[in-house]
Amino acid sequence: MDLNYTREEQAFRTEVRQWLKETLPHELREKVRLGKRLAKADMELWHSLLNARGWLAPNWPRAYGGCEWNAVQRHIFEEEACLAHAPRSLPFGLSMLAPVLLAFGTEDQRQRFLPRILNGRDWWCQGYSEPGAGSDLAAVKTRAVRDGGHYVVNGQKTWTTLGQHANWIFCLVRTDPGAKKQEGISFLLIDMDTPGVTVRPIVLIDGEPEVNEVFFDNVRVPAENLVGEENKGWTYAKYLLTHERTNIAGVGFSTALLTTLKHVAGRVKSGGRPLAENPHFAARMAQAEIDLMAMATTNLRVVSAAAKGQAPGAESSMLKVKGTVIRQELTSLLRRAMGPDALPFQPDFLDGGSNAAALGPDHAAAAAPSYFNMRKLSIFGGSNEVQRTIITKAILGL
Amino acid sequence: MDFNLTEERMMLRDTLRRFLADKYAHENRRALIAAGEPFDTGIYAGLAGLGVLGAMFREDQGGFGGEGFDLMVVFEELGRAGVIEPVLPAVLAGGLIAAIGNGRQRGLADEIIAGTHLAALAQGEAGSRYDLNHVETTAAAKGDAIVLNGIKTHVLYGAEAQTLVVSAREAGAVADAAGISLFLVPVNTPGVTVSGHRNMDAIPSATVALDGVRLAETARLGAAGGGLEALEAAVARGLAALCAEALGAMEAAKDLTISYLKERKQFGLPIGKFQALQHRMADMLIEVEQARSAVINLAGNLDQPRELREIHASAAKNLIGRAGALVAEECIQMHGGIGMTDEYALSHFARRLTMIDHLFGDTDYHLERFIALKAG
Ligand SMILES: Cc1cc2nc3c(=O)[nH]c(=O)nc-3n(C[C@H](O)[C@H](O)[C@H](O)COP(=O)(O)OP(=O)(O)OC[C@H]3O[C@@H](n4cnc5c(N)ncnc54)[C@H](O)[C@@H]3O)c2cc1C
Ligand SMILES: Cc1cc2nc3c(=O)[nH]c(=O)nc-3n(C[C@H](O)[C@H](O)[C@H](O)COP(=O)(O)OP(=O)(O)OC[C@H]3O[C@@H](n4cnc5c(N)ncnc54)[C@H](O)[C@@H]3O)c2cc1C
Repeated sequence: MDLNYTREEQAFRTEVRQWLKETLPHELREKVRLGKRLAKADMELWHSLLNARGWLAPNWPRAYGGCEWNAVQRHIFEEEACLAHAPRSLPFGLSMLAPVLLAFGTEDQRQRFLPRILNGRDWWCQGYSEPGAGSDLAAVKTRAVRDGGHYVVNGQKTWTTLGQHANWIFCLVRTDPGAKKQEGISFLLIDMDTPGVTVRPIVLIDGEPEVNEVFFDNVRVPAENLVGEENKGWTYAKYLLTHERTNIAGVGFSTALLTTLKHVAGRVKSGGRPLAENPHFAARMAQAEIDLMAMATTNLRVVSAAAKGQAPGAESSMLKVKGTVIRQELTSLLRRAMGPDALPFQPDFLDGGSNAAALGPDHAAAAAPSYFNMRKLSIFGGSNEVQRTIITKAILGL
Repeated sequence: MDFNLTEERMMLRDTLRRFLADKYAHENRRALIAAGEPFDTGIYAGLAGLGVLGAMFREDQGGFGGEGFDLMVVFEELGRAGVIEPVLPAVLAGGLIAAIGNGRQRGLADEIIAGTHLAALAQGEAGSRYDLNHVETTAAAKGDAIVLNGIKTHVLYGAEAQTLVVSAREAGAVADAAGISLFLVPVNTPGVTVSGHRNMDAIPSATVALDGVRLAETARLGAAGGGLEALEAAVARGLAALCAEALGAMEAAKDLTISYLKERKQFGLPIGKFQALQHRMADMLIEVEQARSAVINLAGNLDQPRELREIHASAAKNLIGRAGALVAEECIQMHGGIGMTDEYALSHFARRLTMIDHLFGDTDYHLERFIALKAG
């Protein structure tokens, strides 16, 4: 074992840092730093900057425009990007759909869709969950019936993240209602401009319409948009979920959050002293830091152990549970650190539309909303309860 | 010992619960907030009519209650329904006026009890965090006038109030206990600028700038330089109210979650059949009962000498903070996605529970304060 970065890895870190310094626009960096909400154009801009450098798709093969980075390179990039207050890149096309197309799609589908993910022509969203199918994902009811060269789709998806910005959605649809529930599901790509698709936003606890309901009313989808075989969608769906979890530990995000937390606790005063000198608060911060230091290594151990280009197996459930708990704890500490200044709800400031100054010090406006928003981490991508059940069965053999 | 409510308090609780069940549907509350209204004046008048405000004051103050258990009964119901109308300022600012006001000043308390006058407590400052004694706002004698300068932050209902009870320093250093006075400041006094906003939990709040505000000597509430003692006692009552409100919100969140666990099916079973959730629900029930006991301890000691009162105030606020976070986080988690939506009542209870921790000292603050009080 050797915990030191090799000379090449150090050089890579320097290169990434330098690029971020030169390329990440100040305005975008400030929005991310202060926890403001990003507009569609902000996210598209970030994607285009990464794409211009050839760094948009860390996991993809080079042949399709990816980086083929190993686990350590990905870790370095993520850490540097987070510490530089870069936005996160959107996972839906890059690390959800693309691995499925690479593994199970036709070459035509890869040539058709992958370049458009890179050049920003398409914005994908994930149409898995339904009102009746959350943790029990295989219970999806959205129906797709073959009609000549098309599938006719009827039903509803929900919790669709950023579906309001998307023009394509990948869906789990039921093609054989008679079969056992896992065996009648197909994986279908749907153009959201097709007649019969309706998107309705859902406002969340932080006041932001981050997710949506997506309704399908006799939507005609060309049969060529089926991925893999009909009724084999469950296999692809699960394959996608393990890829969804590769970056789930969120070590980079937590590292950036910890830096912000320390900065805030060093400035905010409690009883005349900086909060960071308050033994009680200092102990909580230190514990979170200790957990995070170990998590960084757990994450690299698990991710490195997976074969090249493959996602880790059930071990990724450990990363999900512990990684999200650490991240949630850090957002909770940041909220507490702000004291009464965490109280005001400042949507105009957070939306970035107005230049109105925020009430309270830097980071105060976003502290409570982001604490509330981050409750999602233990719910989506397979809830933490579901992850524990996976650990129980697949690792512990109980 | 007797853990039963008196008949009067039971009646008050029942009529209040009926009134709120009838008039305070979650959809109406959401629509009110969406419309940008700070609160519903009709509901507020209704609450005054039921005697909710009178119950906050003793008989010799013009009310018919004023004990810890009166606060508890009322605020638990307000918390259960998610009420955003300004009953808390009646306890804080109104309580101060009734407790230490002179004959003329106490006339204001009668109007507060009637619900026709709103007074808000302007105590916090940018640098004070949760310390009542940290007062940078100054009050200086100029001829026969007193002139206030400073900025007060997080003034709950400050933009809706007609009168502010302001803490300002007449003598001593920034964090000294002595030298703080309280003043009655009508909001239309020249030099007062109030900017309102809404908090995360939908409660209206404000920043108040005091720029050369000239007051007469008669505006001083209580003794010159001796304001902290009265302020601390009023805040202890405010803490009892907030802790009881949090208890009500916890009960409501817990009830919603129990119903949901019975109703929501995944894998062909109500999710309440999964032991992973059952045990957490059991733990939550235990914590909520502990929270109730902590509120009872505080309510029963509110009129005791300072040290005992404050020990229970800090104990309750600490325990309520911990239990509140647990209930808010666990109820959301056990609901899954639906628990995070603005449309569903749970997220509003979770927001209120979380934000109560940021009012008048959070879990950590009161833990340290408890240790100090016990050591002293
Ligand atoms: C902010 C946000 C964004 C999302 N984005 C997307 C998206 O883009 N696309 C998409 O398809 N979906 C998305 N989701 C949906 C997400 O994947 C689901 O919320 C998740 O799968 C849980 O489903 P549910 O909400 O229906 O909860 P339920 O499955 O009803 O679960 C409720 C509770 O019961 C627990 N539970 C359920 N079954 C068991 C069991 N067997 N044992 C123990 N406990 C159990 C759960 O862990 C949870 O605590 C998003 C959700 C959120 C909150
Ligand atoms: C100090 C001590 C004093 C005791 N005194 C007495 C006494 O005076 N009289 C008497 O009759 N007995 C007594 N007991 C025995 C006690 O009642 C049993 O130990 C207890 O009922 C657990 O049974 P077990 O040890 O067989 O463990 P098991 O029942 O085998 O349980 C093992 C573990 O599995 C868990 N478990 C079991 N079933 C479930 C389930 N359905 N869901 C979730 N978890 C489960 C348990 O919580 C435990 O962690 C005593 C035990 C101890 C340790």
